[in-house]
Order: sequence, then structure tokens, then C-alpha cells
Amino acid sequence: MKSNRSAGRILLVRKWLSRGLLYLVLIVFTIPFIYPFLWMFSSAFKNMSEVFKFPPTLIPTTLNLQNFTAVWQYVPFGINYLNSLYIAVLVTLGTLFISSLAGYAFARIPFKFSALIFMVLLTAMMMPDEVTIVPNFLFMSALHFLDSHIPLIIIPILGSSGVLATFIMRQTYLNLPKEIEDAAMLDGLGRFGIYWRIAIPMATPALAAVAILTFLTSWNLYLQPLIYLTKRNLWTLPLALTGITDEYGNPIWNVQFAATTMAVLPILILYFAAQRKVVESFSLSGTKG
Amino acid sequence: MIGYLFISPQVIGFLTFIIGPVIAIFVLSLFKYNLLVGKYSFIGLENYRVIFTQDPLFWKSVRNTLVFTGGIVPLNIIIALTLSLLLYRQAVGMVFFRTIYFTPVVTSTVAWAIVMTFFLQDKSGTINQFLALFGIHGPNWLYDPNWAMAALIATRSFKNVGLNMIIFLAALQGLPREHVEASMVDGATTLQAVRYIIIPYLASTLLLVTIITVIGALNLFDYILLMTQGGPGNSTMVLAYYVFYSAFKEYEFGYACAIAVVQFLIGVILTVIQWSLRRRLSENEV
Repeated sequence: MKSNRSAGRILLVRKWLSRGLLYLVLIVFTIPFIYPFLWMFSSAFKNMSEVFKFPPTLIPTTLNLQNFTAVWQYVPFGINYLNSLYIAVLVTLGTLFISSLAGYAFARIPFKFSALIFMVLLTAMMMPDEVTIVPNFLFMSALHFLDSHIPLIIIPILGSSGVLATFIMRQTYLNLPKEIEDAAMLDGLGRFGIYWRIAIPMATPALAAVAILTFLTSWNLYLQPLIYLTKRNLWTLPLALTGITDEYGNPIWNVQFAATTMAVLPILILYFAAQRKVVESFSLSGTKG
Repeated sequence: MIGYLFISPQVIGFLTFIIGPVIAIFVLSLFKYNLLVGKYSFIGLENYRVIFTQDPLFWKSVRNTLVFTGGIVPLNIIIALTLSLLLYRQAVGMVFFRTIYFTPVVTSTVAWAIVMTFFLQDKSGTINQFLALFGIHGPNWLYDPNWAMAALIATRSFKNVGLNMIIFLAALQGLPREHVEASMVDGATTLQAVRYIIIPYLASTLLLVTIITVIGALNLFDYILLMTQGGPGNSTMVLAYYVFYSAFKEYEFGYACAIAVVQFLIGVILTVIQWSLRRRLSENEV
């Protein structure tokens, strides 16, 4: 009886120990993922000597708010911010419209070669942008679209990231019940009417996922703005972040971290507020990575 | 008819920005075309002859691409698998930790690369200062030909590993927990349970994640441009960056397209492998 009880206690202690160990490991693992951000935010307030201090101070001893205003000495940061914002919004809206239209058609409207066309479209998802960048650049240059935002808006909507969105929308419609649409069709609503009034409202969770993925991709895009834009006024945020350097091209760290903080923090806040939805959106796109 | 109308924007975009450019790289690869000089002349397969027989940088970029892939794939999968195995149980705080590990995925590559460039500096870099506490004299990571690639592998791993982690987590949701627990009661250690029950259970997911990670690794570009520009001594020159470098630094667009063709063909082969494996796997599962 007594030995039984102590055996139970040992088991309990072992369970607590392994739980404790689990959390310890989990906490240690957070360091490489979250420390860079904490350090970036705190260094945004530091003066240059404190940035290089060791051991690093996570809570800055001084508050150099001028780091944030100094960003504007190097790049027109407000304009860059607005550029990124309006491009990402337009790309998101365009992608939502075109991919839901195509995804709906592939799932619901029977037409010849539908499956074949869809299969061929899917090849786009595996096409790295680096492969198509040179011809697309020459094409945009021939149309005099260099140093404009047009390539950054139309190529993502119509190119490979748009195809990923179409793939997600098609999957969604394949899994949604068809009865309401059939009833609407009997009531004489046309295909576009059904798509707009019934199919779109039914698919809002998937549309939200597509919107999250598309917005983030556009917001973080680096290669395309780099080759299409030379004028600083047209730059998007990722370019602006790389533009905060001295005349030799060396980064002005604390100012750069202030700019990076301003670019990253709103995204992080939205991510933490809606983390379940964001993670779910990325798992829908699991084929791309 | 209406079906074609609905898909037409997507299909026209696909033809214009994917199929058109793919045909164009094949055609342009047969030309000598320097954007600065501005004229082009047909030279047949000359670009390919140079690439395969006279361009050590091409072979170096192929080799470096393989080194990067060979490094990042196992590292990424081991970290992702470890994290997902830690997280898949029902316990307080798991969602919180998942959220943390996934954070770098949603943020911009440029921001991540900037911070990592600082961390990886010579004497004033955070990593070397940390190592110095233990008396280790760390290398100047991004400027040492022996270490630059390793630094890039680690940098990109921690940025993207969350993606693979959630794929594993999704797969683990279906894992019959009783099997694992029963094996533990029978005296199996955790490692044995992982080795003999969980890994076999995840086999198809592992394969899928491996191929996705390989394809992603072949397209390594952003970090090269942001952190090393292919250096030091071309030790981080990879295929995708070599395409960019030939086109936008040397303005040899024909030559760049020929390299892009090689990259394209490697990607096609891997994609075909992935699709056939996936088909076979899904048949097995049904």
C-alpha cells in the first residue's frame, strides 16, 4: 500500500519534470525566432555606441526618438510606405477577383478541357520568378513600364501567385455545397449573378486566406521592385530599408532598425491578433514554400 | 462558354507572364544580347557551349546551389520536425509557441536579412560576442569563404522553418495517440516511439516537405543579394543569383537566359518527380 503510493508519487514527479523540461526546451527554441525582432525594436531607440554594446541591452538605456525621424534623411519613407500599401491593396483586390472567378469556374462550370487547362495552369506555381524575370523585364521595358508600379501590380495578379490563389479557390468551391446555387439558377439568376451574390459570400473564409497570403507576398516583395524601380520616390518598403546607408554603402544601423521597426511592427501586430487565421492561410498554400 | 470567360483573365495572364517568358528564355538564349550595346545577334548554341565548357563560375554556382540545398534541407526538416513533435500534444501554451516559431515567416526577408547581417558581423556581431564568452573566436561569417554559405543556410532556415513545421503539425493531427502511448507503456523510450511509430507515419509528408524545400532552395536569391552578393570569392554564387548577375550586373541578357533555361529544366525535373510521388502516395492513402 505504502510502496504503491510512493510509486505513484514518483510517477507524478516524473510527469511534472518532463512537463517542465518540455517548456524549458520550448522556451529556449523561441530565442532564434523572436530575439531578432526584440533586438531590432530595442535597437531602433539606441544611439550607435549602445547598438554595439555587449552584453546587448534589450531595454535601451536612452530613447533616441530622432532615429525614427532620421529615416527621412535617407529615403522618402512615408511615400515608400504608401507605395507598398497601395500596391499590396490593389494586388490583393485584383487577385481576389480574378482567382475567385477562375477558381469558381474550374470547380462549378463544366466546360471542355477544364481539367487539362487547370493542370497546365498549376505548373506556374512551381515556376520561380528568377526564371521568368529577364523576359518579363524586357517586356515591361518595351511597354515603357519601367519606373512605374504597373509591373508590381499586374504580374503578381496574373502570374504565378495568382495561380496559387486560383488553386485555393477551386479547392474551396469543390468542398462547398452546391444546392443553394442550383436553387438560384432555377430562380433565373445568371452565372455571374450566382458567382457574385452567392458563391463569393459563401467563400469568405477562403477569400480571407487568399487576401492574407497575397497582401503579405506583395508587401515583402524584393526582387521585382529592385529591377523595375530606380527612383527613390517610387520605391517600396523593402527597397527603402536597404537604402539607409552612408556614402560607402555601409548601413546606418540604428536608423535602419528604426525604419525596419516601422515596416515590420504593424504586420506583427496584425499577425498576433489573427495568428490562427494567418497560420491556416499558409497551410493552405503548403504546396509552395 | 461562360466558363472560358470566367477563366480568361487568369489564362491570358498565364500565357503572357509565364508561358511567354519561358518560350522567350529559350529563344533569347540563342542570342548574344547586351542591353547596354543594344543590339543582338543570333549565335545558336554558343551560350550553352560557353556555359558548359568555358565558364567555371557556372559550375561553381551549380556546386554552391547543391551545397546550399544539401545543407538547408536536412537542417530545415530536423528543426521543423523537432518543433512539431514538441508542439503537437494537447497542452497549455502550444498555440503560443507555434505563433512565435512562425513569426519570421510573415515578416519581410529584407528585415530579417538586415538583422542577421548585424548578428553575423566579425567582432561586433552578436553571435561572435556570444561565442567569445566561451573563448571561441568566431569567423567573420559573411566574409569568410568557408563560413558564408553556412551562415546563409542558418539565416534562411530560421526564417522559413515555420512553414514546414505547420505542414508536419497538420499531418500529426491524424496520428493515433493511443499507438504512441501504448508503445510507451510497453517500455519504449520517446526516441524509439519517434523512430518506429511517428517517422513511418509521417513518411509521405516527409517526402513532400523534402521536395518542397529542395525546390525552394534552388531558388535562393534574396539573401544572396542582401547579404553576400555572391561573395566572398564567389563562394555564395548560386544559380538563381547568377541569372540575375548576368542580366542586371553584366547586362548579358542572352547569356542570363541560357542559365535560366538550365535552372528551369532542373525545376521541371523536380516538379515531375514531386507530382509522380504525390500521385503514388495519394493512391496508397486511398
